[in-house]
Amino acid sequence: MNNLISEIRISVLVTFCLAALVCVVYPLVVWGVAQTLFPDNANGSLIIRNGKTVGSKLIAQHFTDKKYFHPRPSAAGDAGYDATSSGGSNLGPTSKKLIDSVRERVKAYRAENNLPPTESVPADAVTASASGLDPHISVKNALIQASRVAKARDMNEKDVIAKIERNNEGRDLGILGEPRVNVLTLNLSLDAR
Amino acid sequence: MDYFGWIQLALFVGLLFALTKPMGVYLTRVLDVDGKTFLDPIMRHVERLFYFLLGIDPKKEQDWKQYSFSLIAFSLVGILFTYAILRLQHLLPLNPQGIGPLSDQLSFNTAVSFATNTNWQSYGGESTMSYLSQMVGLTFHNFTSAATGIAVAAALVRGIARNSAKTIGNFWTDVIRIILYVLLPICIFYAVFLVSQGMIQNFKPYETAQVVEPYITQVPQKDAGEQEIKDTQGNLVMEERKVDAQTIVQGPMASQVAIKMLGTNGGGYTNANAAHPYENPSPLSNFLQMLSIFLIPSGLTYYLGRTVKNQRHGWAVWTAMATIFLIGLLVCWSAETAGNPHMHALGIDASSGNMEGKETRFGIFNSALFATVTTDASCGAVNSMHDSFTPLGGLIPMLNIQLGEVIFGGVGAGLYGMLVFVVLAVFLAGLMIGKTPEYIGKKIEAYDVKASVMFIMVPVLTILGFTAWGVISSWGLVGLNNSGPHGFSEVLYAYSSAAGNNGSAFAGLNTNSYWYDITLGIVMLLGRFFMIVPVLALAGNLAKKKLIPPSEGSFPVTGPIFTILLIGTVFIVGALTFFPALSLGPIVEHYLMTHSNILF
Repeated sequence: MNNLISEIRISVLVTFCLAALVCVVYPLVVWGVAQTLFPDNANGSLIIRNGKTVGSKLIAQHFTDKKYFHPRPSAAGDAGYDATSSGGSNLGPTSKKLIDSVRERVKAYRAENNLPPTESVPADAVTASASGLDPHISVKNALIQASRVAKARDMNEKDVIAKIERNNEGRDLGILGEPRVNVLTLNLSLDAR
Repeated sequence: MDYFGWIQLALFVGLLFALTKPMGVYLTRVLDVDGKTFLDPIMRHVERLFYFLLGIDPKKEQDWKQYSFSLIAFSLVGILFTYAILRLQHLLPLNPQGIGPLSDQLSFNTAVSFATNTNWQSYGGESTMSYLSQMVGLTFHNFTSAATGIAVAAALVRGIARNSAKTIGNFWTDVIRIILYVLLPICIFYAVFLVSQGMIQNFKPYETAQVVEPYITQVPQKDAGEQEIKDTQGNLVMEERKVDAQTIVQGPMASQVAIKMLGTNGGGYTNANAAHPYENPSPLSNFLQMLSIFLIPSGLTYYLGRTVKNQRHGWAVWTAMATIFLIGLLVCWSAETAGNPHMHALGIDASSGNMEGKETRFGIFNSALFATVTTDASCGAVNSMHDSFTPLGGLIPMLNIQLGEVIFGGVGAGLYGMLVFVVLAVFLAGLMIGKTPEYIGKKIEAYDVKASVMFIMVPVLTILGFTAWGVISSWGLVGLNNSGPHGFSEVLYAYSSAAGNNGSAFAGLNTNSYWYDITLGIVMLLGRFFMIVPVLALAGNLAKKKLIPPSEGSFPVTGPIFTILLIGTVFIVGALTFFPALSLGPIVEHYLMTHSNILF
């Protein structure tokens, strides 16, 4: 019995001592260093236009207008792109709901981009991302959308493609991950023209 | 399976191999109470202060029963601590969003899940947790449950190495030293690095952004109880919603994510876990997150070799782990690359693979690698949605967990799990050649084999038993997001993940309901403590034995024959046990997907 009480006493003491160190001191040290060295990142890589926050470089926004590049479909929240409710569709490969909605998206994507049936649709354009907030699309997807955007903006398609190239983040260190185009920064750079 | 994938794989395995020895040497020093490290000038003082405050003698060792007792008392206090924080978060500071308390069953589930190093996410992260709950309630266990796992592994290794000893170390000294010298220092640098890649670390309220293009969308109408309203035909009633702003999550994320990966905890700051662009901003952060999952488990194999004075044995165990890792990865990667024929039939580019539930910056290879790594270890963080993997791609994470997460495995848990398989392998070899089995100078006797078999039976009984219960009960089926074989896979994955203390999920399954929260909580407790106690009993019993010098008749625990035998033991135990269940889920789904048009 004495043994039990002494073990519980030590457990409680260790809990509080360790909590002070790893739950208070540690996050505050990281916070202090991060806010000093990388304040922009630590506060969410926010994009400010005319004094207003218009979004984060890392969080996808929905775009429907023809003059904008469109992000990947989103299953985050009821309306999609809900940055407080991240997540994927979690539909499995033999889900009727999944295949039906992808069929609809393929149809819509082909129609709005005038894509002939001989050309295949990039998978990222019609499948929901894992987070629902994926800020990127594949380069192929962006290039297919380029002519639609150019037409809607009355721009030369070459200039649009040049913007795509400028917003292509490439592979990290030249080998890691996949080449990708940031939709929000690309659309903002088109608006700023 | 492109060229860039192979290069990244080679880089990953190469770096892991290169880091194994330095990590192992360092762990050897930390796990010896008299060991010297380069952090002594700072940490010695903190360490002494701890012993002074706690009034314990760091050099007073415990036998296996005392060690287990301290471990259980400490875990229990931790569970209550977190339970209280989650229940009271609306009254506590650092809650700028004014998030309410968690329900009692969800608090129980979450507290247990973090204390057992599972980090199952019935909770929603950004939508249900205050900053204080994340930073104190959850991060606390990320450190302590990881340290506990490493401590148990160290106790077992000491048991193997010691000659006629009564004790296996001091639990408090082990936990404190592991946190002060290993976890905390690495995490400080690691967290800052993650911020450099774009991760957040602040205490500001959630940010509201005025979106570039406001739009109107259709959403399901909900009643006062947040339930979707359906019309008489059972269709959802929709309403228009104008979206002109986006609420963006903030908070102290980097400090939590660093230990979440290094301590193989895996509980996400956000619901989408490491798929969320804040929680895993770049391919480089992704690469390091994967490497940090395996760093300590891999180093522990070197610690094993060094402590039992047979370095080749440590590398033999490492090789067995690396081999199974590569086999799983290649199956998962090729299945995800091959993709879903139903999608290809719709005119989707077949060369882009199965992108549903994956992020563009990671693509197929890094999603498959992350899924394999996180389930080889008991991490359970995800950078893609396993529920949307192809059937065989999703089978690998599930099988990795069912094999006991001994492929590098959770911090500590992977090594002690694998050592149980080593004991069994040596025992089987002894039976085959008709000699008394011995393992590095220790005779393996009935008691040791019984403890090992008990260890193996716990996950088998809990996974299969609770899955069976779930799929024949109405509470088990009501949370399903998919039907047909995939629905069965969701339930099987959930209990595998809970018993294996993994925490990843086929996340479509809605488990935040009374029965799931409670049963998964119980399974997590069984899968942690009913496995740790047999391991410590094994450690105590092995420590007692006399070391006998190796003789001609000893079965070698180094070299290819041993490695193959060990891999075989892991596969035979896992495959024989779970093959029937897997056949009903992912295997039948694979044939339905490739050979029929049946959808569910």
